[in-house]
Formats: sequence, structure tokens, C-alpha cells
Amino acid sequence: MNLFFQQIINGLTLGSIYGLVALGLTLVYGILHIPNFAHGALYMVGAFMSYFFMTDLGVHYWIAMAGSAAVVAVLAILCERLVFHPLRNSPPIHDKIAAIGVLLFLEAVVQMFWGSDFRRLSSPFTGIMNFDGLIIPEQRLLIIVGAFTLVIALQLFLRKTMTGATIIAMAQSREGAFLVGIDANRVAMMTFAISGVLAAVAASLYAPINLVYPAMGHLVIMKAFVIIILGGMGSIPGAIAGGMIIGFAEAFGGFYISTAYKDIIAFGLLVLILSVRPQGLFAKGAH
Amino acid sequence: MLFKLGSLLMKPGAKMALLAFAMVFPFLAANEYQVYVMASAFVWAIAVYGLNIITGYCGQLNLAHGGFFAIGAYTLGLLTADAGWSFWPAFVAALVMTAVLGFFVGIVSLRLKEHYFAIFTLCVGFIIYLLIDKWEELTHGPIGVRDIAAPSGFGLVDFTQTTPFYYLVLAFLVFSIWFVGRLSRSLLGRTFIAIRNGDELAQSLGINLMRNKVLAFVLSTTYAGLAGALYAGMVRFIGPEEANINHTFDMITYLLVGGIGTLTGPLLGTVSIVWITQSLQFLEEYRMIIFGPLLVILVIFFPRGITGQYLTWMHQKAQSLAPGKKQKASKVQTASAREAENNA
Amino acid sequence: MLKVEHLTKMFGGLAAVNDVSVDFEAGKINAIIGPNGAGKSTFFNLISGLHQPTSGRILLDGVDVTHMPCDQVARLGVGRTFQTTNLFEQATVLDNLIVGHRLRTRSGLWDVLINSKRLQREEKAARDKAMEALEFVGLSGVAGQFIADITQEERKRVAFALALATDPKIVLLDEPAAGVNPEETEGFAALMRKMVDHGLTVCLIEHKMDMIMSLADRIMVLDHGEKIAEGTPEEVRNNPVVIEAYLGGDEDAAA
Repeated sequence: MNLFFQQIINGLTLGSIYGLVALGLTLVYGILHIPNFAHGALYMVGAFMSYFFMTDLGVHYWIAMAGSAAVVAVLAILCERLVFHPLRNSPPIHDKIAAIGVLLFLEAVVQMFWGSDFRRLSSPFTGIMNFDGLIIPEQRLLIIVGAFTLVIALQLFLRKTMTGATIIAMAQSREGAFLVGIDANRVAMMTFAISGVLAAVAASLYAPINLVYPAMGHLVIMKAFVIIILGGMGSIPGAIAGGMIIGFAEAFGGFYISTAYKDIIAFGLLVLILSVRPQGLFAKGAH
Repeated sequence: MLFKLGSLLMKPGAKMALLAFAMVFPFLAANEYQVYVMASAFVWAIAVYGLNIITGYCGQLNLAHGGFFAIGAYTLGLLTADAGWSFWPAFVAALVMTAVLGFFVGIVSLRLKEHYFAIFTLCVGFIIYLLIDKWEELTHGPIGVRDIAAPSGFGLVDFTQTTPFYYLVLAFLVFSIWFVGRLSRSLLGRTFIAIRNGDELAQSLGINLMRNKVLAFVLSTTYAGLAGALYAGMVRFIGPEEANINHTFDMITYLLVGGIGTLTGPLLGTVSIVWITQSLQFLEEYRMIIFGPLLVILVIFFPRGITGQYLTWMHQKAQSLAPGKKQKASKVQTASAREAENNA
Repeated sequence: MLKVEHLTKMFGGLAAVNDVSVDFEAGKINAIIGPNGAGKSTFFNLISGLHQPTSGRILLDGVDVTHMPCDQVARLGVGRTFQTTNLFEQATVLDNLIVGHRLRTRSGLWDVLINSKRLQREEKAARDKAMEALEFVGLSGVAGQFIADITQEERKRVAFALALATDPKIVLLDEPAAGVNPEETEGFAALMRKMVDHGLTVCLIEHKMDMIMSLADRIMVLDHGEKIAEGTPEEVRNNPVVIEAYLGGDEDAAA
């Protein structure tokens, strides 16, 4: 029973991380129609920034996370301004290649400063919480709670603030948004910034129970793409739900079936679903 | 300098000169290592020609290309090292394997539009890597495959030596380029280009999307497999690293630099970057720091690569003949355009 | 020659085309007009096979093409232009048109490999056809120019030529005169009359009323996916239902 419960916690943990990363990705794709292959690199930089702030600057975990989020947000905005904005009218293939260029660059820079070794990020939450026999490691609980808090905060931001409303307007109808005078550039930068923050926080939350290394974003980003294809481009609930599905599938599949091949689960699902429905699970209308 | 090189290639007779140069290169080279480098550049160029078919002419960004290269390498490697086959039968098997796998991946993935196809192939590439790394009973896992056979020679020709191998690769390269050249000028090649210009328009012209896309895909994976098999026969020892996504990114860079969708692009891009990387060995660690922004800059400012820039430059030169002479200009243009198009 | 029966297309809960029935006569210029969003382009997509209808039938010269894929419909003789045509900018005009004849050819990979007689024959035929189409639209002079260098009006003519190169029986033209001046518009109208004179059936979507009224033999009016009127230009011009659809209100209020 306890083992089963552990897998549920694992599933929730993984699902929270995947959901956060997928959320950032789906926002950028849904609103700007850019598949940001560099999103995994943003995630990785987020982890390294937290590592840097904590180990090299000796700062507390929370502050390191906030600092990391700020840095990655700025980085994301730079990507948008310098790379994707000039390419907005080019054929879609250029977007993708440019994103790959950014990805390669960021990984190389990080590798230059920190090498390709694995590093550990320590967090103050190393304890274990015991709820009447049910054991939950503190960090995992933090991840789950943190992820849900962020998602709720994001939803509130999008629905209750003016800025959030402009983002939703752009997502629903670009022309309509222009007609009412919404500044597309501001929305683009904000969307990227938000996606950066989500990635950085997810990485910083996950790093203590995982390893930090330059290629850490590869797997996560691919799974995030799988999730947003399954959950629907631009759909926030889809990203969360999809994240949870993959998270649980991996936790249970990895434990009960095979640990070596657990990464394939997400892709196997993708292959299966796209073979049957090439437009993804939740395709809207004609496009 | 690269620009001048590109412009030289366009002139008629340049092809012959280039071939002649390639044939005497081993005697011009300073040492055997340089011949080896050129030979590996040729191997990668073959793979990039394949990428050009699906991504350049047909317009579908295939991120699994490196994976098929690895499948070609591993098919050859495992058949010769484990099953004791000799090189050439294993070589044919590698081609068949990549073609067949390409077909199955193609019929599933090419129904996907645009971004989904790129994402899907990214995942396929990763699955290939994962399988090679984890399926130890078949692939030896991270240990890799050693003692792969070199191409079986004949008479005095021994392909374990660098120079004979160089000529072997050159022969395959010439054939590859010849075939892509024929393809791009034919009705079939034009069909691929029509698909690149737009799915809907292509369909309205009576073009069967799936049949043609899958054909382009299978051709490209076979090229990748061919290159991979040659690579395995050259280095004689391979590991899961061959399936790393970085190889795909490298090939995309070569293609973009040389000129996507052109005939000289893949060769030009691959050879120049391989040699530049060689001469700047000390910058090896910073390779991606340069490549990354290079890709971005290329895609924003020079999306058509060296070859494309040359064509644009030539075209602008023809255009800049005084507007009053528009009739004459169009005649000049026709001739140079046809020439450029035939050679590019 | 093109018979549409109770054609309906639903996207989600919305009917983009709702129970439209119409007969397009051979050798005539048929126009489809209607306010924006009326479903005209969707209607074309349904006929040419890019979308599958939810219900209804489409008959081309008696053949049921309702569920046929787009490339097959093209082969049966339906040519099409789009509002925006993507051409290969860095190739010549003639080069862009050669692929127009592709659907009548059978050469494949093997032919390319061995440079078969069939391939050579078909490529020559395609080139001839391209030249023929180019002459028809009056652009033989720019055959050797790059697409990037010709004018907007010439590009639209190239799009026409591309559709003509497929040897169609009927051409569907989606806003052919959009973005060109009155003189050029008249040129296109003449071109369409020329197509009809050569035995083609023309079906066009347009917003330019002057052009439509003087050019079309029959007009069909769509609004919100439904056919609200049909007839000669004279009949449609004076139809109060049509006037209301365009003005969206009481015509007296305009006075």
C-alpha cells in the first residue's frame, strides 16, 4: 500500500513539473504559434542559475529561485526580441531552426562555465513529512504545492488583470486584438517572460531531487511537446492534465513495468495518438 | 572567400574542375589525416544531400535524420561485427533497413502538418537513441560496437587504408549528387517543390501529398543510411553517440550554410564547416557557442545560405541593368537564370 | 456541369455552409458573392476536395465527387486559384508552371533514375503546356523572369496559368481581382471571357460588384453559409434580400 502511495506521490511530482514546463510551452505556441525548441534550454538555465545563486553566491533557496526566474524571464524576452520577432513573417521552418540555434548556444555557454558534469542542487527541504503512516518527502510536497499555486496564480493573472486579458485576447483572435489596439509586441514579450518564469521555477523545484547538467532540458522538452500536442495547443487545463497523465504513466510504468524504458512511455503515447488523430487530441475547428 | 568559392562553383565547367580537384586531392594533401578529414566531410555531405531532399526540396523539417544515420551505421556494424557478414552485403542491408524503417515512420509522421511533423521526428530521433542505448542484447548498449568490417577490397585495393577509402566515398558522393541533381530537375523534383510551396496548392494541382512526401522521406532516410554505413566502415567503432541529436543539428547547420534547397549547398556547407572546424581546433569547446548564433543569424539574414546569396547577388546584378533596357535585361536574365538554376 | 445538392459543412457547432444547392452550367461564368464570412471560400474548398462535406452531394459531369480527395478532383478537371498563391520566388515564371501538367503524367522514381523515354516525353509535354498556358494569359514575354521580379497583376495571371496548365474543365477562381486596379480588373474579366470562349466553365468569388455585374452570366449569393439568392445580374441586383444582406439593415435608414 505504501509503495502504491509512493508512486502516486511520484506521479503527482512528475506531473507537476511536466505540467509547469508544458504550460510555458503551450502559452508561447498557443498565442504566438511558435514551437519554442529552446524552451528546454530555458529550463536548464533556470536550474543552473539557482545552482549558481545558491552555491556560488550562498543565497537562500527561495531567493535563488526568484533570481533564477528573473534571469530566465529576461533571457526569454531577449529570445523573443532578437530571434523570433524578426522571423515572424518567415516560413515556419525558420522559426524552428532559429530555436535550435538558441538551444545549442545556451547549452554551449552553460557548458563553458560549468562543464558537462552532473551537479547537485541542495534545498533546505530535505526532511520527510509523515501523515499518519503516509510518507511524503518535503521537496516533493513542495513541488506539488508550488506547481498548483503557480497555476492558480497564472489563471488569476490571466483572468483578473488587464494585462492578462490582453494575452487572452491575442490567443483568441489576433486580428481582433489588433483592432482594439492591443500591442502585439508587449503581449509577445510578456508571454515569453511568463514561459521563462514557469520553466525556471519548475527546474529549481525539481533540481534538488534530480541532477543538474547541460543536457537536462532535452528529455523534459520533448515530453512537454508531447503533452501540449495531447492536451491541445494553447490550452492551460490541457497542459496540466496532460502533464499529470504523463507523470502518472511514467511513475507507475517506470515502477511496475520497466525503469530503463520509462522515458519511452510519453513518446509511445504520442506515436499512438498521432497515428490515429493527426491533428492531436483536441483540435479546434478548421485549423 | 566562401562567397567566391560559391560563385566559382556556378560557372559551367566548374563541376569538372571540382571533380578533378577532388580526385587529385589525396596527392595534394599535406598528410593522410587531411585525406581522412575530407573523406568524413564527404560522408556527412552525402547525409546532408539526403536531408536536403525532405527538408530542402519538400519543405518538411526532419529532426530524425541523425537517427537514421545511426541506424545505417548500426545495421552495418552489427551485421559485420556480430553476425560475421562481409561489408557489401551488410551495406545493402543497411540501405534496405533505413528505407523500410523510413517508410513506416514516414507513413505515420507525414500526415502531420508543419510543426507537428518536426516535433514528432524529434521524438522519433530520440526513441532511436534510447533504443540503441538501452537495448543491450541487440546493440551492446553504451559499450558500442567494435571491429566493424571495412569495405571488402579487390585485387590491390585495400579499403582499410585511408586513400582508397577516400575514393570509395568520393564515388558514392558523386553518385549521390548526380541522383539528387536529376531528381531536382525532373517532374518528380518539381512535385516535391510544389508541396513545399503549399500543401493545398499542391493538392489542387493533382498532387498526391502522402505518396510524394513518403517517397521524399524514404529517399532521404536511405541517403542517411548510406552515409551511416560508410561512416561505420570508416571508423570501425560506433556507439549510441552516433544517434545523438547533435548530429542532426550539425547537418541542419551544414545545409543552411551551404544553401537549403540547392544542388551545391550540401557539399559546400559541409566541406567548408568541417574544414573551418578543423583549422580552428582550439575553438572546439566553443563550437556550439559559435554555431548557435550562426544558425540564428543565417536564418534571419541569409536564409538561403552561400549558394542562395550568390544567386541573389547574380540576380540583382542582372536586374540593375538600366530600367529602360528591361527587354534586354530579361534576355540576359533568362540565360543567366537558366544557367544558375541548372548549376545550383 | 457542376451540380451541388444540399451541401452542408459543420465546423463544431457552426454551419459554414448550410444546405446549399446550385447548378453551374457549362461554358458560363458563374459568380458567387456575399458578405465577408459568408462561406464562399469554404464552398470552393468543399467542391475542390480540400474539405469533406458533412452532408450533401457534389456531381461533376455526372460523377459523384463528394468524398473524393482533392488531388483526384483536380485530375477530373477542377482547376483552382487561391486568394494568396505561393510560388517559387527564386525560379522563373515558366519553371513554376511546368508542374501544372504533372497530374497528367505517370513518371515516377524509376523513370528519373534511368531517364526513361517516358520521362523525357512527359517533361517536354509539361514544358509545352506551361508555355501554352502562359501564352493564353498573355505573359509569354516574362517566361524567363523570376517570380520575385514580376508585378502583382502578373503574379495573378501566373496563378491563372497554373490552374489552366492542369487542363481543367472548370476553374474555381477565388477573388482573382483582389488588389488590382480597375484597368487590370478589366483585363482579368477579358481573360475569363476568353476562357469561356475556349470551352471552360468559370466559377468565381469576387467582391468587385461592377466586374461581377458586367461579367457574370449567373450569380449566386451566400450569406452566413446559406444561399439567399440566385439569378442573372439584373435579378440579383434588384433583389431586396441581397441588398439587406449587404447593408445589414433597413435600406431606408441609409437615406
